[in-house]
Amino acid sequence: MANGNAKRAHSGGVFACLRRGALFAAALTIIAPVSVLAQDASPAAAPSPEAAAPAKTDEAAPKVAVIPILLARELREEPLPLSLLDLPPKDLGLAGAKLAITDNNTTGRFMNQEFTLEAIEDADPAKLIADVVQKVDAGMHFVLVDASPATLLKLSDALKGKEALLINYALPDDSLREEDCRADVLHTAPTRSMLADALAQYLVWKKWNRWLLVLGPSEKDKLYADAIRRAAKRFGAKIVEERTFTYDSGNRRSDGGFEQVQQQIPTFTQSAPDYDVVVVADESSLFGDYLPYRTWDARPVAGTAGLVAESWHPAIELWGGTQFQNRFKRLADRNMRPIDYNAWLGVRMIGEAAARTKSTNFKELVDYIKGPSFEVAGFKGVGLSVRNWNGQLRQPILVDTPKMLVTVSPQQGFLHQTSVLDTLGVDKPETKCKAYTQ
Amino acid sequence: MKRIKVGALLLGTLSALALPMPAANAYTAFVTNEKDNSVSVIDTEKLEVIKTFPVGQRPRGVILSNDAKWLIVCTSDDNIIQVYDTKTYQLIKTLPSGPDPELLILHPSGNPLYVANEDDNLVTVVDIQSGKIIGDIPVGVEPEGMGMSPDGKVLVNTSETTNMAHFIDTTTHKTFDNVLVDSRPRVAIFNPAGTQLWVSSEIGGTVTVINPADRKVIGKVRFEIPGVTKEAIQPVGVRITQDGKTAFVALGPANRVAVIDTETLQVKKYLLVGQRVWQMAFTPDGKQLLTTNGASNDVSVIDVAALKVIKSIRTGRYPWGIVVAPF
Repeated sequence: MANGNAKRAHSGGVFACLRRGALFAAALTIIAPVSVLAQDASPAAAPSPEAAAPAKTDEAAPKVAVIPILLARELREEPLPLSLLDLPPKDLGLAGAKLAITDNNTTGRFMNQEFTLEAIEDADPAKLIADVVQKVDAGMHFVLVDASPATLLKLSDALKGKEALLINYALPDDSLREEDCRADVLHTAPTRSMLADALAQYLVWKKWNRWLLVLGPSEKDKLYADAIRRAAKRFGAKIVEERTFTYDSGNRRSDGGFEQVQQQIPTFTQSAPDYDVVVVADESSLFGDYLPYRTWDARPVAGTAGLVAESWHPAIELWGGTQFQNRFKRLADRNMRPIDYNAWLGVRMIGEAAARTKSTNFKELVDYIKGPSFEVAGFKGVGLSVRNWNGQLRQPILVDTPKMLVTVSPQQGFLHQTSVLDTLGVDKPETKCKAYTQ
Repeated sequence: MKRIKVGALLLGTLSALALPMPAANAYTAFVTNEKDNSVSVIDTEKLEVIKTFPVGQRPRGVILSNDAKWLIVCTSDDNIIQVYDTKTYQLIKTLPSGPDPELLILHPSGNPLYVANEDDNLVTVVDIQSGKIIGDIPVGVEPEGMGMSPDGKVLVNTSETTNMAHFIDTTTHKTFDNVLVDSRPRVAIFNPAGTQLWVSSEIGGTVTVINPADRKVIGKVRFEIPGVTKEAIQPVGVRITQDGKTAFVALGPANRVAVIDTETLQVKKYLLVGQRVWQMAFTPDGKQLLTTNGASNDVSVIDVAALKVIKSIRTGRYPWGIVVAPF
């Protein structure tokens, strides 16, 4: 076994030798020549349409209406996460969208509807935006987006007045649902505030009310810490102290490495006031995973490492999830990650609306998705719908460890006058979003 | 010595307590325990478990052969169907099913068997005598519920992610119509006259009643229970009385069974049962309805005439499917 591991580490040597920037540049050159990854929509795994098509179709084949969906990704330079298990797959998100296309088409063949997917990727935001605009003009009205907040907003501006719906499946930024919200942008990715509230509800249920907040230096970490502070206030927890992790986390691995971390983390967490749990804000996973089992006091770790709140987990088998996980693994040859799930939901929402309205008309579909009767099933035990004040999909949030589900929030006892799901994240009376009410 | 006395006394109180219960004929109910890999055998007269026997992994859907000699169990994690002797509880044989079988139904003639395969988007047709797969019918994503028209001509399968009831001709094995229902359909069942098809939607929180003749939706049953959130109302199991007048719908985590007038489609009453009630079965005389309550590890017994829950019987962990034999 040890031998096998050593071998594997060795074979990865060339990969690891490249500096982070160099590695990224290399990846880009591979992607550039095939920046348009058109996907054949005919699902190979699905049974042949003839076999199950209604008998009536024998006489005259009815016309199949096509709903093309575009997936646009801005390739961004991100530091690599600490754990080898967490390295991002190339088709992150895209694989989830592909699965939803096959799911939609299985329904579609009974409805004479067909869904197609085309993916475009670019590191240059201006080029990506121009490409999306061109595709929208050519008739692709539904666009799933994985881009930086600035690019997403520029894209929305560029599409002003056109028939286009953007679905953000990657970004957790509350600002995109609040002060910067747009009527043509829906969000399947849960917000930081939803994730923090989901975690906080469980910690409070557990009576772990005293938190030591450890945050990283990045802008994203600060936003996550903001959401944690807000959640503490909402649910009655107390942040006993905040500490910023300012050590340069360095390269994600070196030969050895654990010796120094083993000294560093106890010292870093030493002489804190009495607390029940460390809450860590490290969205890029640069140091957070060092905290569990290394703190000065024997305390659990939650936040972006340890006990984590997220939209999906590859081990969840509740609510028929097993078949869903299996379908994904057959398609992508890997586990499903939260971003895959969020992208799957985005494409499924369009499919659900098309099936319910029996229409492929853009406006009808969008009105239905934003309307009061819309509901999509997402293997979470309840129907998921869109918040009509900011375009955010409301959903239960999983609270889990790397291997297993621990609980699902909202927790019992957290009540709400309309939907308990709205105990997670920014609720209607608090929203700063105006695009939906004007 | 003392201990024995106490035991005898307890036994005495129990039998005294049992007296006022409505006299029911003695039948045998079989309950699959999803978490325990076992089947609990219940005597419906004594209303107690008389035997628990081990079966394959993750037993869920369960039915009887027409002569009631075979107990046919979907053992989902073994990807197979097991056949047990209903008297000796011995394994007789296994039947192929495709991966992860969940619910199944027999043709009224006693053969073949139709099995929903969630993982393959297929309904598998199995000859139960020869044990051979004789056909596969492609359906929607995650096929689940299986309903059979009383004349055996039409099989209805529901698909959980496609949200449809697929109407299948049992002679050609071809789908001839598809009806969209609310989110995550679970169970499909015809009324005894074959004039209504009831389809429960777990996430949608409704039951759609369809006219099998023209596949038009007759109406939808909606549920509202004071003090129970909308999200907790998740209809799964449906049973209709032999006279066709009353339907019972198990509402999952709402922990209730709804009693519905099949003509007006209005809920007459909600009966409080155990936690996460999913599947149900009548005794052959129609006097009792037994429900499996997955999260509270018990079976509730409903007196059908009085519309009262008269007893709960402890089973194994996560009781799932249930069937009652006429002996």
